[in-house]
Amino acid sequence: MTLLLTALNTGNTAWMTIATILVMLMTIPGLALFYGGLVRTKNILSVVMQCLVCTAVLSIMWIAFGYSWVFGTGFHGTGIGAVIGGFDKVFLHGVGIHSIMAPAGIPEITFCLFQCMFAVITPALIIGAFAERLKFSSFLVFTILWSILVYNPMAHFVWGGGWLQQLGALDFAGGTVVHINAGVAAIVMAVMLGRRSDYKPNKPIPATNVVFVFMGAALLWLGWFGFNAGSGLTADGLDANAFLVTHLCTCVAAMTWMVIDWIHNGRPTTVGVCTGAVAGLVAITPAAGSTDVLGAFGIGIITSVVCYCMVAIVKPKLGYDDALDAFGVHGIGGILGSILTGVFATAAVTGGPKGALYGDWHQLGVQILATLFSIVYSGVITFLLFKLIDKFMGMRVGKRVEEEGLDIYEHGENAYN
Amino acid sequence: MKKIEAIIRKTKFEDVKEALLAADIEWFSYYDVRGEGKMRQARIYRGVMYNTSCIERTLINIVVRDKNVEKVVSAVQKAAQTGEIGDGRIFVIPIEDAVRIRTGERGDIALYNAEQEK
Repeated sequence: MTLLLTALNTGNTAWMTIATILVMLMTIPGLALFYGGLVRTKNILSVVMQCLVCTAVLSIMWIAFGYSWVFGTGFHGTGIGAVIGGFDKVFLHGVGIHSIMAPAGIPEITFCLFQCMFAVITPALIIGAFAERLKFSSFLVFTILWSILVYNPMAHFVWGGGWLQQLGALDFAGGTVVHINAGVAAIVMAVMLGRRSDYKPNKPIPATNVVFVFMGAALLWLGWFGFNAGSGLTADGLDANAFLVTHLCTCVAAMTWMVIDWIHNGRPTTVGVCTGAVAGLVAITPAAGSTDVLGAFGIGIITSVVCYCMVAIVKPKLGYDDALDAFGVHGIGGILGSILTGVFATAAVTGGPKGALYGDWHQLGVQILATLFSIVYSGVITFLLFKLIDKFMGMRVGKRVEEEGLDIYEHGENAYN
Repeated sequence: MKKIEAIIRKTKFEDVKEALLAADIEWFSYYDVRGEGKMRQARIYRGVMYNTSCIERTLINIVVRDKNVEKVVSAVQKAAQTGEIGDGRIFVIPIEDAVRIRTGERGDIALYNAEQEK
């Protein structure tokens, strides 16, 4: 990102301010309600607290040094610049009310806040995997370290001018940086932590409040328009197209899920349609800036089918306890979206790079490389972080705490009194 | 003096209440109960089907004088009936004594308002 003296564009600035607000809605209350509704009553506050604290603590860290790490230019041109942007913008040093970003013409402060919301939601997504059994103190340490060691470098590689961006990987709004990153961390955490003590693979633990799940999914859907349509940083045709494909892909994925549910189990379920919608939102994220209506249909259908198989068939068979399917939906959805971007990308939208469907196999190769790299990077660092924190603090709550619920033991509160 | 304990469908509670009022029963207590049984209900969570044997019902407690037992039992039985499996049960249990806390009256008199009865 280069800073030039450009004129402020009020239209873009107004839109980006709204988009930032929309992305914040995704974490609180969106994700908090979505995840909170899915756990049992005794643990609903623990999940809400984790989402809430993610928002606060990660925002502070982003402004303190995360933004500088990802989008700083201090180490530009040096070897270390491939991993860390620089420390020149620590505590937003030099980012003032007159810093305008080219070419969008928005204040750099607005850009920083928009990106802040992405840094907040990514670690929050992992909560779904370790819900109902992680110690709050360990959660806090894990989240902070994960954000520093996994999110910041990945965001720099893909968006901040790092090597994946130079390679030409297409990740419009965060398929690799946000969803694969969080999804892979989720499966590592779920496997390392082990199952909840009373979880049996073919006997799911029913959601405490399906209306909360619906409200959360609806808020995620709404917020995602800011997430995807805001990622072009401008209010123009590309932004409108991102809005369009995001909405369409989500509808297609939700309906696909409903049809499979209906055929497979004889009933269309509410939790099912909400899950399908979220899977569609995840998958279209990297593709929102490079596909058209055809891509939205293709990605929506494929993602819903594969994610359904993951959570309904593969997960019970393998027996791991990804409590709220953070991996099954965000990990798998992100991987599919990232790879399918290399299939459905069209030059009519990107103005250059195109996918395998339009005869260019090179882009598909780049997408697969970026996807594999994110999987390995996030997987390895998350594994090491788990080992480290588990050794010093212990990750899991005690048996009695898990039985009685995290709300009372970890937070001293009940959701309903 | 008998206690009539009826386990009925939650959806039939309003009908039973009307029937009891029509049978001059002025007070009774009830609560939601859960039970286990052979009946299985299918539930689906994210594509995985599982069965729950948990059955939710309402339990009604009524204490009446012996002469009112048949009237009350038949009122509850008629009102709570749907004809399908799972309509519930009515139990009639002998009660040894009753005390009206306000006056200390014991026995049948503690159950009804003698003034109104005349």
